[in-house]
Amino acid sequence: MAVVFDKPHALSPVPFHYCPGCTHGIVHRLVAEAIDSLGIEGDTIGIAPVGCSVFAYNYFECDMIEAAHGRAPAVATGVKRTNPDKIVFTYQGDGDLAAIGTAETVHAVTRGENITIIFINNAIYGMTGGQMAPTTLPGQVTTTSPYGRNPIVQGNPIRVCEMLSTLDGLAFAQRVAVDTPAHVNQAKKAIEKAFKNQIEKKGLSIVEVLSTCPTNWGMTPGDALQWMRDNMMPYYPLGVYKDVDAK
Amino acid sequence: MSNKVLMKGNEALAEAAIRNGCIYFFGYPITPQTELAEYMAKRLPKVNGVCLQAESEVAAINMVLGAASSGVRAMTSSSSPGISLKSEGISYMVGSDLPCLICNVQRGGPGLGGIQPAQQDYLQATKANGHGDLHLFVVAPASVQEMVSLVGRAFDVADTYRVPAMILADGALGQMMEPVDFDAALSERRELPEKTWATNGHGGKRKKNIVNSLFINPDELEKSVLERYQRYAKIEENEVLYEETMVEDADIVIVAYGITSRICKSAIEMARAEGIKVGLVRPITLWPYPKAALAKAAETAKHFLVVELNMGQMVDDVKVATNCRRPVSFFGRTGGMLPTAEDVLAEIRKINGGIR
Amino acid sequence: MNKVTFRTELCKGCGLCVDACPKKILALNTDVLNEKGYHPAGITDQDKCIACAMCAMMCPDVVIKVEKNI
Repeated sequence: MAVVFDKPHALSPVPFHYCPGCTHGIVHRLVAEAIDSLGIEGDTIGIAPVGCSVFAYNYFECDMIEAAHGRAPAVATGVKRTNPDKIVFTYQGDGDLAAIGTAETVHAVTRGENITIIFINNAIYGMTGGQMAPTTLPGQVTTTSPYGRNPIVQGNPIRVCEMLSTLDGLAFAQRVAVDTPAHVNQAKKAIEKAFKNQIEKKGLSIVEVLSTCPTNWGMTPGDALQWMRDNMMPYYPLGVYKDVDAK
Repeated sequence: MSNKVLMKGNEALAEAAIRNGCIYFFGYPITPQTELAEYMAKRLPKVNGVCLQAESEVAAINMVLGAASSGVRAMTSSSSPGISLKSEGISYMVGSDLPCLICNVQRGGPGLGGIQPAQQDYLQATKANGHGDLHLFVVAPASVQEMVSLVGRAFDVADTYRVPAMILADGALGQMMEPVDFDAALSERRELPEKTWATNGHGGKRKKNIVNSLFINPDELEKSVLERYQRYAKIEENEVLYEETMVEDADIVIVAYGITSRICKSAIEMARAEGIKVGLVRPITLWPYPKAALAKAAETAKHFLVVELNMGQMVDDVKVATNCRRPVSFFGRTGGMLPTAEDVLAEIRKINGGIR
Repeated sequence: MNKVTFRTELCKGCGLCVDACPKKILALNTDVLNEKGYHPAGITDQDKCIACAMCAMMCPDVVIKVEKNI
């Protein structure tokens, strides 16, 4: 018998606190798989955000830091600048990265900090109970956009990969999803590349992962994946937005 | 042989930090501390260090948090409005038990205020430089030479007790040029604990480290705060610094720190020449506060006079330290205005008249 | 025979593995509640498993281990 699938070593043997069907768990596992396959657990420092993944420091076997809301890229900068040969990643949600931490994100990218950012876009604030996120879609109902997000009143969503790909310091940006095994495989490759780029000192790599929040979207996990396909993917197209390796 | 050099306060702070092994600086320009960052930008690349101009004070303090997590000595500097922005990160560093040095070269406030010297951040620095139960080790130098010696002290205390330390200076000290002897300031070194908690990659050799200020269970959070307060108690026990001038026979004891204490010293000389017995207690550490020295002074002094560049932010600390045994008067200028020695002398004369 | 093992104590009964299985041989066990209070997922016909691991790839809680007979 050959083991074709099991828990990666870099993922701690503790249960996740996430709701049933929340795709955070899939992405955590993909990050840990990348750390395993590159053999970098002992050299890696992860930065957890504020939001649903605030406890991410409990879920990875590498050294971890819990940052203030939105500040993970600044914390990562401090870690990386003092340890240029270590591997540093942040794991951030949409509120953390694209609202309160927009400045830290944009400037870490434009400085070309040689770090890896894993960005979870599920178009809602999960931890606080379903409020509007910077990536909430037009018309999407949340507890703070109860009549649906009206761009005239509540502004427009931010397309993070598109925005960041205009900046020179960015090495790699890809938007992936984790709604099907095929897409999970694609996400896995993207995350691995984002870490490999760092080892090869190429600059900042970001992988945006379209994710679900069944609880706050008010759907079953399966329906949430379908809602993501039907509503998020047209607004946030999957694909590679920047790759310094591309010819 | 002394090796004195003439240096601006802000630059001396920077050089002192480097000589104390701090080669990581993260900052943002703001008057009147910018020369510190400029000096770092020039010097640090030459000693394989990093000087990074952040996108904001918020980012700068979080870069310090990241660097300090790695176990290195790191610092940031700013002036009053920028320190308000850093308060978030300072609270997180306290909660994560991370040592670092923060320099506040104070200017007038509130709001954008002005760019002239002030001591209007006394309460913020000593009572609540961020949310939660917290203290910083806060020192207030009164000369450029003392700035240099206190940088080393501040880093050592920060590393010993795992707390952020703050140099609370002001625009006058930051901008003034005075002779400095770095060798004299570096003579005193202490043994420091190893930073086994640092998140710099476990290398497969130890369990993972976590730097964190989140304790979702209230009993755990309380436990962590109580443990920190035990360290604070040790700081209060071991790290108080103050200077006394002619307190023994003084009827009136002035309490003043930083640049203000120098003006007061001139006023005291003038008062003594007139036969008025005035002394000075100069807190060097503003937290921990030299309570015992003031309590002792209250045994003999008849009246206290607090002099500050604010509206009397330290007065309550003097009243508490002296248990309100003697009257405590206040004289100060604010918003960037400095009192003259004659102004202070006039206050001394007024109090002296009352005593008689 | 290929083997799929479920760490049922970790399962939250989200059903994403059930949807992902191309052979339709996974199901939530509605007769059982695990410690967390969920109906855990399990395999109904081990013989038909092709060890493709699609269930494990979609599992958000790393419940599933897949072994292939070679």
